[in-house]
Amino acid sequence: MGAFKETKFPADAPAAQKALGWVDDRFPLTKLWNDQWGKYYAPKNFNFWYIFGSLAMLVLVLQIVTGIFLTMHYKPDANLAFGSVEYIMREVPWGWLVRYMHSTGASAFFIIVYLHMTRGLLYGSYRKPRELIWLFGFAIFLCLMAEAFFGYLLPWGQMSYWGAQVIVNLFGAIPLIGPDLSLWIRGDYVVSDATLNRFFAFHVIAIPLVLLGLVAAHLIALHEVGSSNPDGIEVKENLGPDGHPVDSIPSHPYYTVHDLFGVSVFLTIFSAVIFFAPEMGGYFLEYNNFLPGDSLKTPLHIAPTWYFTAFYSVLRATTADFMWVLMFFVAAYVVFIWLKSRLSGMTKTVIAVIALVAIVGMLPQVLDAKFWGVVFFGSSVVILAFLPWLDKSPVKSIRYRPSWHKYVYAVFFISFLTLGYLGTLPPTEGRTIVSQVCTLLYFSFFLFMPWWSAMGTFKKVPDRVVYHGH
Amino acid sequence: MNYAKRILATLALLPGLALANEGGIALDKAPDRSNNLAALQNGAKLFVNYCLNCHNASSMRYNRLKDLGLSEEQIKANLLFTGEKVGEMMTTTMNPKDAKTWFGAVPPDLSVIQRAKASGAGSGSDYLYTYLRSFYKDDTRPTGWNNRLVANVAMPHVLWELQGVQAISTREVEDPHEHGKMTHEFAGYVQVTPGKLDKLAYDTAVADLVGYMEWMAEPAAQTRKKLGVVVVLFMALFAFLAWRLNASFWKEVK
Repeated sequence: MGAFKETKFPADAPAAQKALGWVDDRFPLTKLWNDQWGKYYAPKNFNFWYIFGSLAMLVLVLQIVTGIFLTMHYKPDANLAFGSVEYIMREVPWGWLVRYMHSTGASAFFIIVYLHMTRGLLYGSYRKPRELIWLFGFAIFLCLMAEAFFGYLLPWGQMSYWGAQVIVNLFGAIPLIGPDLSLWIRGDYVVSDATLNRFFAFHVIAIPLVLLGLVAAHLIALHEVGSSNPDGIEVKENLGPDGHPVDSIPSHPYYTVHDLFGVSVFLTIFSAVIFFAPEMGGYFLEYNNFLPGDSLKTPLHIAPTWYFTAFYSVLRATTADFMWVLMFFVAAYVVFIWLKSRLSGMTKTVIAVIALVAIVGMLPQVLDAKFWGVVFFGSSVVILAFLPWLDKSPVKSIRYRPSWHKYVYAVFFISFLTLGYLGTLPPTEGRTIVSQVCTLLYFSFFLFMPWWSAMGTFKKVPDRVVYHGH
Repeated sequence: MNYAKRILATLALLPGLALANEGGIALDKAPDRSNNLAALQNGAKLFVNYCLNCHNASSMRYNRLKDLGLSEEQIKANLLFTGEKVGEMMTTTMNPKDAKTWFGAVPPDLSVIQRAKASGAGSGSDYLYTYLRSFYKDDTRPTGWNNRLVANVAMPHVLWELQGVQAISTREVEDPHEHGKMTHEFAGYVQVTPGKLDKLAYDTAVADLVGYMEWMAEPAAQTRKKLGVVVVLFMALFAFLAWRLNASFWKEVK
């Protein structure tokens, strides 16, 4: 690091240029802008799927800004919370708009993030060298789920109340410490004022802080290694005379205007929902949530908000009868690993021992299905984090994978959507069986990925990205 | 699972509630009153006269009725029964403890009840419109009233002087769940004593009342929809311009 040197400008230089120079000497403002966006070279062949990162950023800002205004009028008190939301809807100038933006924004955030993750899945965006980007993204997803869960209690409606009750009770399924743990989380024997206050603290400060840090890490990591693209080609391997990848263009102005267009289309749809269907047929704002939370009246049908229902279905699918199927599935998987995997004998033995312990644990005499439901519920989320190491395909993008891989993805997405849909409905015998089949398909997609992803005839990946000018 | 057990227990304990939500009667479509100020004013009058004696609408301020084209003087002279000032909330003077003793349940707050009662079966307005027209005389109930939509409801038929007293007639049919057993099926209403209003006038009055409750559940709803047209049109125009701007930049990318 050299000695500090003040940049000299000619006397007639514009004041703005001088001011920027003064700042740049003290803080890398121009450098930061250029590194992160202005001169960040991105592949020029981004398609529709590449808009959701920017949109997620936009919705994050919207949620924070609307959240600040809601916090000014909301009362985190079990006796006042429900009324204060109605106060916002009626008495606070434009309160209804801010509240609908926030409640619709929560659902929009999940739609965008699910599509963003789908993009990653289709084009192998999580593959080397972008594993950390994926992991940061996964952590963001976890934070988002926590944020949505804590936030959903705040309106203190019946669904808020009982949804929180059911989810916190899940921790009670953990052996030995479970009941004390859920008591500790609630701060009371039932969801109460104490619970509301701590959830409020988590929702408005703790989780958002972590979330912002993770988003920064996600973006820094992305701009360090560079964006992937629908062809899954490393554009940095083909540099032009100017030292920039020949298939890339600076984000500004090209992706600035591109994203501006995407944002305007998104905001058109988003506004249509806010102004014409803020309840979205009971999916974004559940009808039951217009009744104040009552610890003495359990609703007949408790369902989490739509964005959790796929994972919630996995939990409900884990019935006592289904445990036998799962035990067989685990045993078969271990046999499969022993026969088909190139892992070392040591690793295989460790896997077999873990599986054996799990199978013994799955016996009805040892741990009940409720506990395993919680385990599989958690695993169905966490397994996403392992994608970079499960995918053994020689190409990244689905474009150059064997055609039949598309059917594998289709089965996976259909299973996930079916689980999500069934999670919104009360369980019946038939629905439970369907959700059990979908649960097995969902996990099989990941657990057998090391094999199926490498099977078949792969197409030749071109040297340059596929791009047709406008 | 505890949760499943709790549901079973609820089902076992509250067959009336279960019936109301699951196997209840089909909902009648509530006539739309959202753009009919005279009907909404009539609904407000019915609401303060009949509902507010026992129920609260604690999120609703009297002077918000100005949105329905009423002046503060009109509100004060004609509608302000339970409060002193037009700036007050619509609260009942009935003590919740008394209500519990008299009816077995505290009457729910009605501010947003129209939104809470929506379901797959119909809108909250459909629910209320059906509910308020489904009371019948039943001497086995403590209040002397029962309701076809919410069986064994705690609420008496407060609009009886308008509708008059109606009973239900039943016919014997074979139980669809148990072969060979007979059960009673609803055959229709029978007017026992006439009310102040005939059937059509009563249905209209209930539609007005329900229209008012729909308005009260979200007083900003009409503003929202009107503003929405402007916002969506603006955004669509903006999207068009952004699209052309984007195209003009990208045409140089080869």
